[in-house]
Amino acid sequence: MSSDVKTENGCSKSTMQDVFDVAVIGGGVIGCAMARRFVLEGARVVLLEKGEDILAGASKANSAILHTGFDAPLGSLELDCMQAGYREYLQISEAFDLPILKTSAHVVAWNEEQLARLPAIEQHAHQNNVDNVKIIGVEELLKREPNLSRSALGAVSIPGEFVIDPWSSPLAYLTQAVLNGAQVCFNYAVASGQFDGETWRLKSEAAQQISAKYVINCAGLYGDQLDEALLGHTEFVIKPRKGQFVVYDKAASALLKSIILPVPTQRTKGVVLTRTIFGNLLLGPTAEEQDEREWASVSHNELESLKAQAEVMLPALKEMPVTATYAGLRPATECKEYRIFEYQDKHWITVGGIRSTGLTASLGLAAHVFKRYANMATRQPLLASIVTPKMPHLAEYAQRDWMQTGYEEIVCHCEMVTKREIDQAFCSVIPPGDLSGLKRRTRAMMGRCQAFYCSARLAELTKGRFTNDLSVGVSGSDNE
Amino acid sequence: MICQWVYRVAIMNNNVMEVDVAIIGAGPAGLAAATVLRQRGVQRVVVLDREEQGGGVPRHCGHPPFGMREFYRVLTGPQYATRLVAKALEAGVKLLQRHSVTALLEGGELEVATPNGLLNVVAKRVLIATGIRETPRSARLISGARPLGITTTGAFQSMFYLKGLVPCTRPVIIGTELVAFSAVLTAASAGVKPVAMIEANSRISARHPCELLAHFRGVPLLLNTELESILGGAKVEGVSVKNTHTGESRSIDCDGVIFSGQFTPEVALGRMSHLRVDSASGGLQIDQVGRCSDPAYFAAGNVLRAVETAGWSYREGCSVGGWIADDLAFKSPVSVDREVVISCDDPIKFVVPQRIKLRQLKGFKHLQVRMNRAVHGELVVASDTEVLWRKKLSTLPERRILIPVGKLGDISALTSLRITVRE
Repeated sequence: MSSDVKTENGCSKSTMQDVFDVAVIGGGVIGCAMARRFVLEGARVVLLEKGEDILAGASKANSAILHTGFDAPLGSLELDCMQAGYREYLQISEAFDLPILKTSAHVVAWNEEQLARLPAIEQHAHQNNVDNVKIIGVEELLKREPNLSRSALGAVSIPGEFVIDPWSSPLAYLTQAVLNGAQVCFNYAVASGQFDGETWRLKSEAAQQISAKYVINCAGLYGDQLDEALLGHTEFVIKPRKGQFVVYDKAASALLKSIILPVPTQRTKGVVLTRTIFGNLLLGPTAEEQDEREWASVSHNELESLKAQAEVMLPALKEMPVTATYAGLRPATECKEYRIFEYQDKHWITVGGIRSTGLTASLGLAAHVFKRYANMATRQPLLASIVTPKMPHLAEYAQRDWMQTGYEEIVCHCEMVTKREIDQAFCSVIPPGDLSGLKRRTRAMMGRCQAFYCSARLAELTKGRFTNDLSVGVSGSDNE
Repeated sequence: MICQWVYRVAIMNNNVMEVDVAIIGAGPAGLAAATVLRQRGVQRVVVLDREEQGGGVPRHCGHPPFGMREFYRVLTGPQYATRLVAKALEAGVKLLQRHSVTALLEGGELEVATPNGLLNVVAKRVLIATGIRETPRSARLISGARPLGITTTGAFQSMFYLKGLVPCTRPVIIGTELVAFSAVLTAASAGVKPVAMIEANSRISARHPCELLAHFRGVPLLLNTELESILGGAKVEGVSVKNTHTGESRSIDCDGVIFSGQFTPEVALGRMSHLRVDSASGGLQIDQVGRCSDPAYFAAGNVLRAVETAGWSYREGCSVGGWIADDLAFKSPVSVDREVVISCDDPIKFVVPQRIKLRQLKGFKHLQVRMNRAVHGELVVASDTEVLWRKKLSTLPERRILIPVGKLGDISALTSLRITVRE
């Protein structure tokens, strides 16, 4: 389907000659949602991503929760965007076949001090118009969550907090954008640009030029640097915050129904325990400041400490094996708020500092930014009809591909990924640009054996497809 | 083919297959049991295997020695796997490849995914022989980057022996169990040059003279050396290691990390089912004939514990296969049996089996135990009131230690046995 002739940097030749209404810089969840919103409103959009695939930065690692906004700052833009995003997700998820696991959440108090803070949490939620939030006693909590430690003292129940697929959702947004006319360029790191009062001419290192009338900076962990490079100044500073996670074996997901949230304190936000849409149990994140923007490493001691915290809350976890560990970076800034800046004279909107609620807020944020853009720019006519893609079913709780005949073979046994699913990912509208992209699109290699069984077959199936392959070029015939 | 597949019609109509014994996993244990069951006259014996080819792990161990006791000659892993499959087929076993068991239901019913559709297998008895795998980097909670080039011996070997591909050219091998030296052999065949082999202890885990193998292959063996973290961005660029004596850290350049050993039973199906998993061994809990907590289910081979040779698994499969045949013939009411529960204490890592059912006179002749560290002392088996058996012991971690059941005397009045080490 993506049949355009690709140049070196992944853009089709025609892309170079066009003048787009909007260039969205950054293919994270915000960029993907942004591209979709602008396309749906009639704009001609190009999305520029410096990586080989979407979701290569902050968006690849999060806790995959669809938040109600019950604890968001009162009257904040973050709250508005989260709640708008939440509503829109519920509206569109069925059309896209995107899964929702209606788990609900509990903010659990583990000591008297935390217990005393529950009424304030409940009241805050009501002020944020999340009316069904209420305090429940420990008996009720343990009835709902019988495997929780008896040391729990009480909880706030938030029925509307759900679990979603953090990768298929943004992929769905961008797929819809592309199906309705957007262009996407991978390996396109915007290095410089000129604005002539009407049009931006953006250049990557390789100097291929892309022209657009407006720019939306969704560059996530690099948002401040992009502003600095192209506008000559920035009004915020990204301070990457690392979060490490532990994923437990699928057997552990039977131990919990809802999302277990901590009572936030001044000192720490604490860790979350939740089922994932893929049938695992997720624990995390840590919150660690670092300067490095590209790579996030895991550390033994932090992972052990996370596990110890979780085992206090859910003692049966002691018996459960760990499937995966990972770390991600949130694009935090020097202050808590979203950093949205509009530069009318420069035809530029910066969407920065979307730290941790981005998955939920992305759709709402896209609508918000479009509104601000529409005040500045001339609107294009709306599309005559809108195409909505159906996403592959990856959720543990949905009808998976292996349940249908004709799948040829199961390639990844732990996650039951079929060859048909892998083939389909490669000929999808936005095919995977690297191995991680394939993992996110299919679940291959994400299971408990971490590719002990399937890496041979996957190396064979993906050979030559990615810059960094599973296999490297050497063999027994090496010349020595 | 000897047996009559009368139930074929049933499969086609209802996607239900009725069999006498269904075996999950076509490795050495599963194929051995299937062969014995057919030889004992059990009619409908089917092996369900999720891979394209039967044979299990030996398929991708491209070096000898395999099969000396079973076939009286030295074979490579793939040759051994081929022979196991041929022998089972000759005996009239129905071998179904690309059949993935997705759920174990009470009483011996299995849910199975096949490329031709979902299938329910209803078996009088089920044998679980799903084997073992190595613990990956994640479950070891290893620090550092998460680049491409991190693998396990099993993945490295299957990539090379099955597909002719390699994940790296200059790896560091982590660990010194037997399988680590198997990785050295594979590397030699594959033109891969390991830059080091590291071991946190002061001696290798495998038996002497394995270290000579590393020596002759020019692979530096670094003892008292711990993996601190993995370095790299998109690809592995090195590892940081620490000397456990001096505490000094240094980095080693490499383009891959092969995690070897630390095997763990592939017991996912069991964990997701009603069957009891023994937390000490990480395998299915069994009694002395290999029977699980649901009397319709049995288990054999490395799904019981980490880790035994293919030959051991084969013999275990033969034994448990025979006892399943006995069980089918007797229809004994095992569920009302009284049982002796066997437990163990640190430094004993696990005991297999964990139960002895008193009305079953046959069964494993030994209790298998292993230590989680080097031990010098006395191994003691005791009831609540008295010591039943003791033996001097000087052993390294992960070595097979066998306690003869016959030497424990009359245990029929007991309810529990405790195995301890006195140092």
